Amino acid sequence: MDQTMPVPAEDPALLAAFEARIAAGESIEPKDWMPERYRKQLTRMMSQHAHSEIVGMLPEGNWITRAPSLRRKLSLIAKVQDEAGHGLYIYCGTETLGVDRHELVEQLLDGRAKYSSIFNYPTLAWADMGVIGWLVDGAAIVNQTVLAKASYGPYARAMVRICKEENFHKRQGYEICTVLANGTPAQKAMLQDSVNRFWWPALMMFGPSDTNSPNSAELLRWRVKRKTNDELRQRFVNLTVPQAIALGLTIPDPDLHFNEATGDWEFGEIDWSEFYEVVKGNGPCNQERMETRRAAHENGEWVRAAATAHAEKQRARRDTAAA
Amino acid sequence: MSTNDDSQWPLWEVFTQGARGEPFEHAGSIHAADAELALQNARDVYTRRGEAVNLWVVPSNAIVASAPSDAGPFFDPGNDKPYRHPQFYVAPRGVRIF
Repeated sequence: MDQTMPVPAEDPALLAAFEARIAAGESIEPKDWMPERYRKQLTRMMSQHAHSEIVGMLPEGNWITRAPSLRRKLSLIAKVQDEAGHGLYIYCGTETLGVDRHELVEQLLDGRAKYSSIFNYPTLAWADMGVIGWLVDGAAIVNQTVLAKASYGPYARAMVRICKEENFHKRQGYEICTVLANGTPAQKAMLQDSVNRFWWPALMMFGPSDTNSPNSAELLRWRVKRKTNDELRQRFVNLTVPQAIALGLTIPDPDLHFNEATGDWEFGEIDWSEFYEVVKGNGPCNQERMETRRAAHENGEWVRAAATAHAEKQRARRDTAAA
Repeated sequence: MSTNDDSQWPLWEVFTQGARGEPFEHAGSIHAADAELALQNARDVYTRRGEAVNLWVVPSNAIVASAPSDAGPFFDPGNDKPYRHPQFYVAPRGVRIF
């Protein structure tokens, strides 16, 4: 989306009052006055987030039919349904900013809108369902618990709801990993291979490093974000490394080490060129994801048409009954 | 593309009641072709984990809301009428008044 728009001149008195409210920790509601930039940044961030939830259904949808047991199948279906729900919570939050959901969906379908780069990686083995739940949903929780305190009320409230549900995602993922880690050598190898493929993309989920993040300063100033990308990434690594050790897994990073003084797990350099390639649309599955998403939208057209027709029929029936 | 109908459906505000006797709380909104479908969509999206025993859906455009900027003056009358509160009245020492 457009980030080069000139900042419209705002009434300095209104802007000062707005920033004072933010500083006082007040929550901003849809009908409150807000700077155009705040509205723009939130629309960009929230729609990107909603799109990620929707596209996030695809890598997992691949495995519903191949889940190894009925229990695993049930939880995967429930999880995919949750992602759809999360998308809807956030889209409806975005609509309170005055954009139409239809516009946002169009932007996703025609490739103008971005979504989280993580969903452009393929899910090659069953272990990926475990690792995605553990690492990808784990990273999402770290991000979202902070966003639940965002200054914009509808976004924060959607996040509170989502965080409650994400915990189930993470737990079911870690459970899958635990079972594989204690399984046959082939199962352990499958798990390790999955961790090797998803570790770095999971770290990239927090976005560019602070020195290179164009929107962070503004988002932090207006308390949409409460922590920087690097702070959140570090928190995630600190939480996750002990969980990997508990499973007897190796993190694919020769530079990873514990810093006694800071209590942090320090990690090696992220390959940012890969990150930007995937964001630009050149990841392993960008094309495939978008094609699947478009097909789902087009193939769902008859459902939308049927619902509209049904509603019209009911209305007509009521009208004749009343006449 | 004929997909434009997607959000031409009216918007509904969703309210959930967590348990009998509790107030209804705003949960979010939903798009739906009519009231019946709005109720079903609201159930699917907002009550997957037993969050409600009752649901209200209200057409969003039927809601009339006060403006946040009016908060002060609009709700003001209460503040200068302390005689509306029990603490305004004096009771003799040692007597318990309910």
